[in-house]
Amino acid sequence: MTATAPANKKIGWGLINLLVILYALIPVLWIVSLSFKTADTITDGNFIPRSWTWSNYAQIFQINLFTSALRNSIGIALISTVIAVVIGTMAAYAIARLDFPGKKALVGVSLLIAMFPQISLVSPLFDIERAIGLFDTWPGLILPYITFALPLAIYTLSAFFREIPWELEKAAKMDGATPLQAFRSVIVPLAAPGVFTTAILVFIFCWNDFLFAVSLTSTSRSQTATVAISQFTGASQFAEPTGSIAAAAVLLTIPIIIFVLFFQRRIVAGLTSGAVKG
Amino acid sequence: MADIVLDHVYKRYPDGTLGADDVNIEIADGEFIILVGPSGCGKSTTLNMIAGLEDISEGELRIGGARVNEKAPKDRDIAMVFQSYALYPHMTVRENMAFPLKLAKVDKAEIARKVEETAQILDLTQHLDRKPANMSGGQRQRVAMGRAIVRSPKAFLMDEPLSNLDAKLRVQMRTMVSKLQQRLETTTVYVTHDQTEAMTLGDRIVVMKSGVVQQIGSPQHLYDEPANLFVAGFIGSPAMNFLPATLENGSLRTSLGDLGMPDRVRRALEAADAPREVIVGIRPEHFEDAGVVEDHVRARGSVFTAEVDVLESMGSDKFAYFKIEGEQAMSDDLAELAADAGTADVPDSAGQLVTRLSATSQAREGERSEVWVDTDKIQIFDPHSGANLTSKDPATANA
Repeated sequence: MTATAPANKKIGWGLINLLVILYALIPVLWIVSLSFKTADTITDGNFIPRSWTWSNYAQIFQINLFTSALRNSIGIALISTVIAVVIGTMAAYAIARLDFPGKKALVGVSLLIAMFPQISLVSPLFDIERAIGLFDTWPGLILPYITFALPLAIYTLSAFFREIPWELEKAAKMDGATPLQAFRSVIVPLAAPGVFTTAILVFIFCWNDFLFAVSLTSTSRSQTATVAISQFTGASQFAEPTGSIAAAAVLLTIPIIIFVLFFQRRIVAGLTSGAVKG
Repeated sequence: MADIVLDHVYKRYPDGTLGADDVNIEIADGEFIILVGPSGCGKSTTLNMIAGLEDISEGELRIGGARVNEKAPKDRDIAMVFQSYALYPHMTVRENMAFPLKLAKVDKAEIARKVEETAQILDLTQHLDRKPANMSGGQRQRVAMGRAIVRSPKAFLMDEPLSNLDAKLRVQMRTMVSKLQQRLETTTVYVTHDQTEAMTLGDRIVVMKSGVVQQIGSPQHLYDEPANLFVAGFIGSPAMNFLPATLENGSLRTSLGDLGMPDRVRRALEAADAPREVIVGIRPEHFEDAGVVEDHVRARGSVFTAEVDVLESMGSDKFAYFKIEGEQAMSDDLAELAADAGTADVPDSAGQLVTRLSATSQAREGERSEVWVDTDKIQIFDPHSGANLTSKDPATANA
């Protein structure tokens, strides 16, 4: 019994892992499969397409709306990510390191924002943006994205900053660094894994958003890809655009995969090891 | 190169506690001074105030004659070695050591030259391109030292730099630090809680307790003439033995029997208007096996007989431990020392007398042995104030 116990354990864990992977991946594979099916086989229920076609992909790029929406999505998500991460880094540093009046209130408010149901803000935002001319513009989406991404960024980043030994900063000060130099050449490089993790999370949040995008935009000027997909129409009034939606959905995941792969190399665990005794 | 003067320096925390209470230290140019004391005694606070990492609440700090209270650490031109080394993990050893020079905008060729030179001194040349994570504790420690000395600052501050090393390496590094300081002749302030380190390294030692300087002096002076019970108990290993005693008819009545008082002690006690109840302090080496003491020497001390509890033979000496009957010496200082050493919880540790006998001693475990006390060397303390009543040094007696 003792000899087989570890083997049994391995098999058990293997099965559980397999289940989790299947659970997560089957819907994704399903949509990939749909995107390669021809219009008449799309409803045949086969997991592996009987006849393969690229036409769904070719088709969505013929729709002007989609290419412009893709551009909007990338632009808006990138700008929001950069701004949220820069502001979040500074705010998180302050929260992790400094004692200032109102610190608790700040943390509390940012947590409150994160918990606020977004749908309840849609109509006021719509009215405000209409009034000040931000409706259907890039800033009109970037602003609410930053608002909702910041609490997330601050929370993840301050956890990372707390991990960095404070003595490193003292050492930098003693070595002749100004607070800004210490922050830039010692703290930020060490917090880099945290910064990249946060960047990925914020980017995915902005990229995936549908609610704000559908409510605060109306034309190809600022409509994002998620919204564009929802407005696909079939060849005729009676044809479901299932194939095109599937193809667009697959395309939409590609930037995220690239983004994650690109930054993953920089998320090196244990970057701070060797700084102090441990 | 500069002297450092702490002139009535206080550190007051927002809750009113004092981290440093009227600290006055004058550190001469090129001097190696040690701040020593139990944890929480204010030694690190004092060091951080010199560094500029903590504000000075009151008083003045002068480096090289100029007031630096308001100056940022980077403008004080002093380097610090941290207990945790605080190496930048994302930089190689070379980059770590070059960092202070880079910030000082030294030109590249000069940086390279200085880093090479420092690496040579510290035997780090072959490690220059490694990252701290791949190095041993001793190597990291040397890198931390290198980063401090590379820019030839006015002074070095070291915050328990050796306490993370294992015992053997610590002794090696201690010698290295000592040699390095002699070679560079840079003013050095060194914080430690290890009295051995303090005794072996410093030109002078500052003993602190609860933010108050207890005594400042050379290691030998502190050993021979401790200002109070705290210093007496802290300096020296094994520690000084303390016995409660009563002054009676010109002799000291202790649980070891009556100890005679030499004239020096008697005069000092009279001058100090000593109370009847006192504490006698005797260092372990001031005991000797009565059998090996020559007669004329024996006459100037006292002899008692007791059963040897434990005998440790070190080859060069024998340490004989005796159980002390009766009550034990009590004072705030001693309680604090015991708490710091962690011996407060060890059974029997307080009621023990440690004696260092010569290797030729015939003492055996479990047998009664005659032990001679060199009463000429005893110290007598006031149990309430802790002050040394027999100290020849009037300046420190009331510290």
